[in-house]
Amino acid sequence: MKEHETLEQRLQEQGVSRRSFLKFCAAMATMMALPPGSASAIAAALAKVKRPSVIWLSFQECTGCTESLTRSHSPTLESLIFDMISLDYHHTLQAASGFAAEQAREDAMKEFHGKYLLLVDGSIPIKDGGVYSTIAGRTNLDMLQEAAAGAAAIVAVGSCAAFGGLPNAQPNPTGAVAVSDLIKSKPIINISGCPPIPAVITGVLAHYLTFGALPALDDQGRPKAFYGETIHDRCYRRPFYDQGKFAKTFDDEGARNGWCLYELGCKGPTTHNACATTKWNGGAGFPIEAGHGCLGCSEPKFWDAGSFYTPLPAPAADVTSAAKAAAVVGAVAAVTVGAIDRGKKTLAQQSREKITVEDLKGN
Amino acid sequence: MEQEMLLWVRGTGLQIATAVFVIGMVYRMLHIFMLGRKKSLAEARGSEWSGGFRTMWKRSFVTTKLSARGNFTVIAGLIFHLGFFVTFLFLSQHIDLIRAVLGFGWPAMPRGVIDIAAVLSIGAMIALLVHRFIDPVKRMLSDFQDYLTWTLSFLPLLTGFMLLREIGFEYITLLTLHIASVELLLVIAPFTKLAHMFSTFIARWYNGAVNGFKGIEI
Ligand code: SF4
Ligand code: SF4
Repeated sequence: MKEHETLEQRLQEQGVSRRSFLKFCAAMATMMALPPGSASAIAAALAKVKRPSVIWLSFQECTGCTESLTRSHSPTLESLIFDMISLDYHHTLQAASGFAAEQAREDAMKEFHGKYLLLVDGSIPIKDGGVYSTIAGRTNLDMLQEAAAGAAAIVAVGSCAAFGGLPNAQPNPTGAVAVSDLIKSKPIINISGCPPIPAVITGVLAHYLTFGALPALDDQGRPKAFYGETIHDRCYRRPFYDQGKFAKTFDDEGARNGWCLYELGCKGPTTHNACATTKWNGGAGFPIEAGHGCLGCSEPKFWDAGSFYTPLPAPAADVTSAAKAAAVVGAVAAVTVGAIDRGKKTLAQQSREKITVEDLKGN
Repeated sequence: MEQEMLLWVRGTGLQIATAVFVIGMVYRMLHIFMLGRKKSLAEARGSEWSGGFRTMWKRSFVTTKLSARGNFTVIAGLIFHLGFFVTFLFLSQHIDLIRAVLGFGWPAMPRGVIDIAAVLSIGAMIALLVHRFIDPVKRMLSDFQDYLTWTLSFLPLLTGFMLLREIGFEYITLLTLHIASVELLLVIAPFTKLAHMFSTFIARWYNGAVNGFKGIEI
């Protein structure tokens, strides 16, 4: 397999103008909150860099993450990602199929051992030996372990790969886990979201290519540049939250006035993602702008956190039944102990020594 | 981890705290009634019931027929309790919780009012604690339980205020801490003098009823 060409050569081949390339670099610099001068530095670095081999493994997933990336309104900056990398295996996007496809993966793994980037979407089922999801007769578990061994770094794309996602929701019948639950020896970067914002996937890869290292991560392994703040921190409806003005239904006066969606179940206050700033569909908007609260899709366990329409302060479990049962227990205990104590009282009254007037007179 | 902790305090943690609170409170209150009182053989000169209920109501207000020191305690105590009830019952987020559990709610108070109530309440609690330290009589009377109950009543107010203003920590951390602090309060309340949140009304009723029976004007 030949050495990959540089990004500059590739872009020329593809007829991408230098102008749009610079625009892309400027957008990346802004997104990652880098200082103003860094766009040209990114451009210089990216132009020279050899396009890395990327193996993309899709496990227990819905292809939403790939859709997010490829179906973004074209032509977009995000689509430049496919020029930045050499995508050597992606079973949804590649032309080859069957043995030829698997061969391509094995070739890339051998050729670029220790250097390729491994992108994973979907969770990995590990129950019953991992039989619940297989590709070409091999379990996801097996394939991940093999591919991870030769990877320079792993990017877990989407909440399933990052945290287990929907397959991991209770009762988790397939024993689905995240990449980071299985692989401990490689740097892993989590780009969570259901799906993640395509510009964030591109931004993280651009960062990796520019600086040759993973960006700073938060305690969940997510790049701080994109997941450092909550939706609520940057939400344009925030002034209404602070004033206590809430929409009570999806079609009331408050909803029409664009008031805060907290009472309709918005999870923005506890969700770290870049939706409110980077936005979706080429910057067109994000869910809250469309009048729907945040579901918390970029956080672990968001499927198990109760209804999407239950406000954050509401209990996530049935407390009423617990309280009723407790009241019965308390009442039975009180009646039992009370009866015993009453008995003691009566007994004490009966058995006490009675003092008569004669006693007091001292005889 | 943070999400899991929040989920726990909103779910299992809340169930445990509620169960302990309800068991404890039902037990302690019902136990008082179970012990019963000896029947008075005297002839009634007035009604127990009206005396009882009137006293329950009237003692919710401050009388200024006290010493300066007594006045401070009573007034600061009143401010704390009022602030506590206003924030507890009229903050929109609390009404969301009540509506989710009971199926009904009521209109919230404006955030400005809640803020003032919370600050007054926190201030009054701090003043009361300082007074407890300075006043020799109060200090002598105070034991570990007094400081424990003060702390556990103070924490929900403090974390709640921090949460509203997002002071110090992230929203999710503050929300988890706030709920956890309330759960701690619920668990400890029935077994400490915080049980007065219910027993105080029984005590008032009893005092009032005794006076009412004797025909004392209330
Ligand atoms: S809509 Fe959601 S994210 Fe926006 S201010 Fe309200 S609670 Fe926060
Ligand atoms: S607004 Fe919330 S639920 Fe919607 S995509 Fe963004 S993080 Fe996910």
